[in-house]
Amino acid sequence: MFGLAIGHLSILLAIPVLGAGLLLFTPRRQTPTLFALALFASGLDFLWSMKILQLFDGKSGDMQLVERVAWMPAFGIQYIVGIDGISVFLVLLTTLLMPIAILASWSVQDKVKEYLIFMLLLETGMLGAFVALDLFLFYVFWEVMLVPMYFLIGVWGGTRRIYAALKFVIYTMAGSLLMLVAIIYLATRYAQTEQALTFDLLKLYGLHLPVDQQGWLFLAFALSFAIKVPLFPFHTWLPDAHVEAPTAGSVILAGVLLKLGTYGFLRFAMPLFPDAALAAGPIIVALAVIGIIYGAVVAMMQSDIKKLVAYSSVSHLGFVMLGLFALNLQGVQGGLYQMLNHGLSTGALFLLVGMIYDRRHTRLIDEFGGLWKQLPVFSVMLMVVTFSSIGLPGLNGFVGEFLILLGSFNVRPLWTAAAATGVILGAIYMLWMFRRVIFGPLTNAANEKLADLNSREICLLAPILFLIVLMGVYPQPFLQRMQPAVELTLKRMATITATPVTTDHGTRRESKRDGR
Amino acid sequence: MVTNQLVLADYNLLRWIPLIPLLAVVCNLFWGRALGKKFAGALACAAVGASFALALYVFWQLPSNGIFRDSIYTWIDSGSFRVNLSFQVDALTAVMLLIVTGIGFLIHIYSLGYMEHDEGMVRFFIYLNLFIFFMLTLVMGDNLLILFVGWEGVGLCSYLLIGFWYHDSNNAIAGNKAFIVNRIGDFGFILGIFLLVTELGRQGIWTLDFLELQKHASMLSPASIGVITLLLFVGATGKSAQLPLFVWLPDAMAGPTPVSALIHAATMVTAGVYMTARLHFLFVLAPSTLSLIAWIGAATAFFAATIALTQNDIKKVLAYSTVSQLGYMFIAVGVGAFSAAIFHLFTHAFFKACLFLGSGSVIHALDGQQDMRKMGGLKAHMPQTYWTYVVATLAIAGAPLTAGFFSKDLILWQAFSHGATALWGIGLITAGMTAFYMFRQLFMVFHGECRANDHAKAHLHESPAVMTLPLMILAFGSIFTGWLGAPEYLWGNRWDLWLRPVFGAAEAHEGSVGTEVIVTLLTLAVVAVGIYFAYAKYGRAGTEVEQRAGAGGLLYRLSLNKYYVDEIYDHVFVRPFTAISDFFARFIDPWVIDGTVNGVAAVTRGSSQVWRGLQTGNVQHYAAGLLVGTLALLAYYSGQS
Repeated sequence: MFGLAIGHLSILLAIPVLGAGLLLFTPRRQTPTLFALALFASGLDFLWSMKILQLFDGKSGDMQLVERVAWMPAFGIQYIVGIDGISVFLVLLTTLLMPIAILASWSVQDKVKEYLIFMLLLETGMLGAFVALDLFLFYVFWEVMLVPMYFLIGVWGGTRRIYAALKFVIYTMAGSLLMLVAIIYLATRYAQTEQALTFDLLKLYGLHLPVDQQGWLFLAFALSFAIKVPLFPFHTWLPDAHVEAPTAGSVILAGVLLKLGTYGFLRFAMPLFPDAALAAGPIIVALAVIGIIYGAVVAMMQSDIKKLVAYSSVSHLGFVMLGLFALNLQGVQGGLYQMLNHGLSTGALFLLVGMIYDRRHTRLIDEFGGLWKQLPVFSVMLMVVTFSSIGLPGLNGFVGEFLILLGSFNVRPLWTAAAATGVILGAIYMLWMFRRVIFGPLTNAANEKLADLNSREICLLAPILFLIVLMGVYPQPFLQRMQPAVELTLKRMATITATPVTTDHGTRRESKRDGR
Repeated sequence: MVTNQLVLADYNLLRWIPLIPLLAVVCNLFWGRALGKKFAGALACAAVGASFALALYVFWQLPSNGIFRDSIYTWIDSGSFRVNLSFQVDALTAVMLLIVTGIGFLIHIYSLGYMEHDEGMVRFFIYLNLFIFFMLTLVMGDNLLILFVGWEGVGLCSYLLIGFWYHDSNNAIAGNKAFIVNRIGDFGFILGIFLLVTELGRQGIWTLDFLELQKHASMLSPASIGVITLLLFVGATGKSAQLPLFVWLPDAMAGPTPVSALIHAATMVTAGVYMTARLHFLFVLAPSTLSLIAWIGAATAFFAATIALTQNDIKKVLAYSTVSQLGYMFIAVGVGAFSAAIFHLFTHAFFKACLFLGSGSVIHALDGQQDMRKMGGLKAHMPQTYWTYVVATLAIAGAPLTAGFFSKDLILWQAFSHGATALWGIGLITAGMTAFYMFRQLFMVFHGECRANDHAKAHLHESPAVMTLPLMILAFGSIFTGWLGAPEYLWGNRWDLWLRPVFGAAEAHEGSVGTEVIVTLLTLAVVAVGIYFAYAKYGRAGTEVEQRAGAGGLLYRLSLNKYYVDEIYDHVFVRPFTAISDFFARFIDPWVIDGTVNGVAAVTRGSSQVWRGLQTGNVQHYAAGLLVGTLALLAYYSGQS
C-alpha cells in the first residue's frame, strides 16, 4: 500500500550499514567517537530487535513481518525477509552479541575505523542470512559475511592470521559454490512446472522432487552447511580461525557464524529435501556423535585455552546436529535452544579468554594457575560459564542438552547413549582447564600483579551471565515461542516425505531406527 | 501393597524451605564482604535455622499418609513432555528434610567456630548454603528431573567444597575427581531417565512425576524396568560411593571437616539411597536389579571396612566407614526393606556427623594434624569431644540400645529373614570389623600416651562451645534416634509405621521373635569380639603404635594401600584414555584430517601450476590447439559412422 514504507526487518538490516556509513565519514583519529558510533549503531539495532520480539507472535509458526519486493524480476529474484520462531532468537543473539563484541574490542588500536566498519557490515550480513526467505538473497548474505570476517581475521588477527583467514574463506567458499548451483537448479526446476523462475523459499518448500534428485541437492546444501557448523571431519578451519582471530572475531564466529550452519540445515536443507534428509540422517548423526566425542577428546589435550574452546565447539555443535536430525519436537527444539546456549556460553568464554589475554598476552594454560586469589571476579564468572558449558542443571546448557538427548534417544537410543558420554568428557576437559588456570598455588610471578575485571568488562559479561541463569531456570518463554515454528517445519517434512516423520512422539519411524 | 489413600494437598509454604538458604546465598554473594565474616556466617546459620523451623512446622502438619505439594511453574514444556518446578513433602521427604536442615543447621553452627580463622569464611558459607538449597531441591522435587537438578547441584557444591582450599592443587584435583566420577554415574542416571520417559511414552504416558510414575509403573515391561533401574542405580553408585565408583569419597576428605560431616557423611552421599527409596515402586518390580543392589551393597560394606582397618588418617577411617555404612543401606534396599534403609540413613547421619565433627575438633586442636599415629591421650585435654566421640563410636559399632544398634540390626534381621543368609553373613562380619576399626580409632586418638610433638602439645585445647554444643546434640541423637525403630519384641517400630504409607506394609517376616533375638545376640557377640581385638592391640597404645600390627603381611599391605584401586584405575582407564586423546590431538587431527584438507589445497595449487602452462597468451599456440582438437573430433566421429 505504501510503496516506500520500510518494514521492521529492513530497518534491522539497515541500521548497522547506516552506522558503517557514518563511520566512513568520521575522521580516523577520533577513536572514542568511532567506538561510540559503532556502539550506538549496534546498540540501537539491539533495541530494535527487542521491538521486533515484542511484535512477534509466539503462538504462530508462520513467517512474520514478511517483506517482499521484486529485486531482479527477470530471474524471479526477490527481496523477501521474514522471521519465525526459528530465526527470531538467533536474530536476537546476533544483535546482543554485536555490541558486546564491539565493547570488548577496546584494546584494538590499529585501523580502528576499518575494524568497526567491518564489524557492522558483518552484523548486517549475519542478520540478513537469518531473515532472508529468498534463496538467492540468502546466498548473497551468506557470501557477504565472509568478506568482513576475512579481513577481521586477516588484518587484526594473530601471527598466522593470513593462513587462517585464507583457509576460512576458501574452505567456506568451496562448500557454498555447490550450494549456488543447487539453488539455481531448484529455481529452474520450479520453472518447469510453474513457468516462472523463483527463489522464494516458501514456494520452493512445496516442490515435490524425486528422491534421487533430492539426494544430490541435499548433498550440495549439506556440504556447505556442514563446513560452517562445523561437522566432523570438516572442522579443521575452526581452531585455526579462532586462535588467530581477535577476541571479538572469535565471539562472533563462535557465537553467531557457526549457528548459520545449523540454521541452514533446519531452514533449508532439511525441509527442502526431506527424503534426502531422512536418508542421510544416520550418516549425519554418526558424524555428529563422532564430532561430540572427538571434539571433546582433542579439546582435552590442548594447551591453548582458545583452541580448547574451539574444539569444544565442535563437540557442542555435534549435539545440536544430533538434536536436529532426531526429527522430533524435543530434539529440534533442544537443538535450537542449544544454538543459543552455545552462542552465549562460548561467546562468554572467548570474552573471558580475551580479557586474560589482554593482561598477559598469552593463552597457554600452563602460564596460569591460582588466579582465583588475584582475580576473584574473573574466576567466578569463568566458573559460571564453565558449568554452563558442562550442562549443569539450573543453567542454560542443561535444558538444551536434555531435550536433544531425550528427542534423540527416542529414535536412536544407542547413538544417543554414545553421545551422552560427551557429557562426561565435557566435564573432564572443562574442569581440567578450570583447575589448572584458576586453582592451585599462584606460582607464575607474571600473574601476581594482574588486575581483576574492570567495570567495562563486568558490564560486558553481566547480560550474558544473566541469560545463562535465566535460560536455565525459566526456559519456557523461549521454548514456547520456538515450538509452533518447529512443529510447522516438522509437519512440512512429514507431509512431503513418503515415510512419516514424528512431529511428536506419537508416531514413529520403525523402519528408520538404527541401533537396538 | 501400594496404599491408595494418600491425601494430596496444596501447600504454598514449601517453596520457602529451599528458597531461604538460596536468598542467603545471593545476599552473601553480593554483599558478604561488606557485611563481614561474622555477619555473613550468622546470616547463613539463620537461613538454615529458618528452613529447619519451617520443616518442623510442615512435619508437624503432615499426616503420615499425606502429601503436600507446591507447584511453582512449568520448567520445560516440549510437546507432550512437560516438567514442572514443583516441590512435595510426604512422609519420606519429611524425614529427609529434617535431616538436611536439622543436621545442616548444627553443622553450620559448628562451622562458625571451625572456620573462624579462615580468610575464605564468607565463600565457605555461600557454598554451604548453596548446598543446602540443592539438597533440599533433591529431596523435595516432585519429579525425577527436579531431583536430578538437586542431584547435580549438590555435586557442584561438593566439588567446590572439596577444593575449598584451592591453593593446594591436590584439593582441587580431589574436587575434580569427585565431580568427574559422579558424572560417570550420572551418565547412567540420565540414560535411565531417558529410557523411562521413552518406554512410558510408548504407552502414551509422558511424565517424570513420582506419583504418576507410581501409578503407571506396572505398564512397563519387566525387561525395560530391569534396564531402567539398573541405569538409575549406576547413578546411585556414583553419588553414594559404591563399588566400583567409590574412589572419589576418600579423596573428598580434602575438604574442610564440617563439609565431610554434612556432605560426605550425613546428606549428599545418601542421595543414592534416597533416590532408590523414592523410586521403590520401580525397583520392587525389578528383582534382579534388587539382588544386584544388595550384593553391591554387601561387597562395598565389606570391602570398605577391610580398608578402614588399617588407615592411619583419622578422616580416611571415617570416610571408608561411610562407604561401608552406605553399603549396609543398599543391602536393605536390595532386600526390599526401604524403610530400614532410610532408618539407617537417619541414624547414620547423627553418629557419623558426630564422629566427623569430633574428628574436626581434634584436628582443630592439633593444628591440622590428621595422622592418628601422632595423636593419643587426648581424652584428658578434650573431655567433651572425647565423650561425644565415645557415644558416637558405640553407636556406629552397634552397642546395645544405641541408634546404630537398632538400625544396623534391623538391616541384618531383614536380610536374614528374607532368606539372604550370605548377605547377612557378610553384614555380620562387617559389623565386627566396624567395631574393631572404630575402637582402634578411639584408642589411638584419645587413649594411651600423647604422641604429638611438643609444639602441638602446648596448644592442645578443648574446642569452643559453638563447636562442642553441636557435638553433644548429635551424640544425644546417636542414641535416642534409634529408639524410634525398636524391634517388635521391645516397644515396636514407630519408624516403619510412619513410612508405611510411602513404602507399603513390610512383608511378614519368616523368622520368629526367638530367632530375631538370637540373631541380635549373635551380632552383639561379633561386635564384642571386634571391640576386644581393638582393645588388645590398641587399648594401651604407646609410641610404637602401628609398628607391630601385622606389618609386612600381604593382606595388611593391601588394606593399607586400599587394594591399589586408584593405581589400577589409573593404569587401566586414565592413562590409556589420555594416551589415546593425545594421539588424536597430536597426530590424527593436525596430520590426518587437517593434512587431507591442506593436501587437497596443495594438489589444487599444484595442478593449477600445470594447467597454467597452457594459458601462454600466445595466439599461435591456441590456434594450433584448435586445429588439433578439430582434427581429433573429426577423427572420432568418422570412426563412429
